[in-house]
Amino acid sequence: MAEDRFFELHIIAPERVFYEGKASMVELNTSEGEVGIYKNHIPMTLLIEPGIVTITEESGKKLAAIHSGFMEVLPTKVTIMAEVAEWPEEIDVNRAKEAEVRAERRLQMKDPMLNLNRAEIALRKAMVRLELADTARNK
Amino acid sequence: MASMRDIQRRKSSIASIGQITKAMKLVSTVKLQKTKARAEQAKPYFDKMYRTVTHILSRSGQIRHPYLQAGASKQKCIVTITSNRGLAGGYNSNVEKLVTGSGFEKSTVELVTIGRKGKEFLEKRGYKVRADYSDVMNNPMYSDAREICEKILEAYTAGEIGEIYVAYTSFKNTVVHEPKLMKLLPVEFSEEEITAGTRKTNEREAEMNTPMNYEPNEEESLDIIIPKYITSILFGALIEAAASENGARMQAMDSATSNAEEMIEKLSLQYNRARQSSITQELTEIIAGAEAIS
Repeated sequence: MAEDRFFELHIIAPERVFYEGKASMVELNTSEGEVGIYKNHIPMTLLIEPGIVTITEESGKKLAAIHSGFMEVLPTKVTIMAEVAEWPEEIDVNRAKEAEVRAERRLQMKDPMLNLNRAEIALRKAMVRLELADTARNK
Repeated sequence: MASMRDIQRRKSSIASIGQITKAMKLVSTVKLQKTKARAEQAKPYFDKMYRTVTHILSRSGQIRHPYLQAGASKQKCIVTITSNRGLAGGYNSNVEKLVTGSGFEKSTVELVTIGRKGKEFLEKRGYKVRADYSDVMNNPMYSDAREICEKILEAYTAGEIGEIYVAYTSFKNTVVHEPKLMKLLPVEFSEEEITAGTRKTNEREAEMNTPMNYEPNEEESLDIIIPKYITSILFGALIEAAASENGARMQAMDSATSNAEEMIEKLSLQYNRARQSSITQELTEIIAGAEAIS
């Protein structure tokens, strides 16, 4: 009954349906901390924080970056609504590095006009992207 | 009757207009296919978002949340989505009519315009333009919608505006586009929508024996999800408007091309008649001249 471990996973981004398939586990970063979800989880809605999502499929693991959104967990179906979702090969490492430096610089300047929250989010996004690109390369 | 030269000149000018409209039609057909595909791809996200929000609201009916109640300010913000270029038939004027015919007092309306045509028209009518994002219309992206949404939500939370609407053209299919004025904030669902949401929720919960849990709780989730919901509506409106614009232009150019063809046909007829009558006249003159001499 190996089939039974799998649930339906949908990752939907505004511009496209990012991923659709069957997975045995999905791990990601939420506002309440890191979670891993198996089949038959209790129904739950969670808010997503920037991070790497790991999809465990029958044939192996898949990684992707997700920045902000929310997810709906049902026993046999998980839907992730991501505002931005990227596969490792879609990430531009140079751009992410630049964004990281820029965000750090902005945070250090301590400009009172600066939207701190925004700079922090930008920094986290850049870090997630770099981390994902890194792990994908070393695999 | 117009002279042969006049008719000929008119014919050739109409023929070249016809060529232009034909080319424009082809261009907008290609663009329509692209924008239509985008609109369709964006649909699942919007639908899911809508379901989740109705679901949350149906469960948490009596929550007092700033996004669910009208703000103190009487000012209304209307986001108008029109095109940057003309020659799209009634596309722009339909959206403009929504604003002018909305029944809102001019002084209580502040516009956020996307699309130059709408901005120019409404500005001339004396509406106040709060912000303009016309360059977005050429290729609307999700991040654009997010930026606009952040700005208007900021104004909403600051109490500068009390209600937010969006006026856009919804894309039903290639030939049917419907101008719509939609209320974004405070979020309001009709009774029907809420009961439909509740029923579905109940069905689903009966199936699973457990209610949906929220982490963090519903109120905090609403804080995050409602702005996302509004951004998704705005984004959906933007790309649907883009598709409608191209559809409207395609139709307008199609009928312009066929009108041009019709006119050319008519003018050809006139031209031939004029040619024939001038030949007949010449002949009669020659014959009459010859008779006079002999």
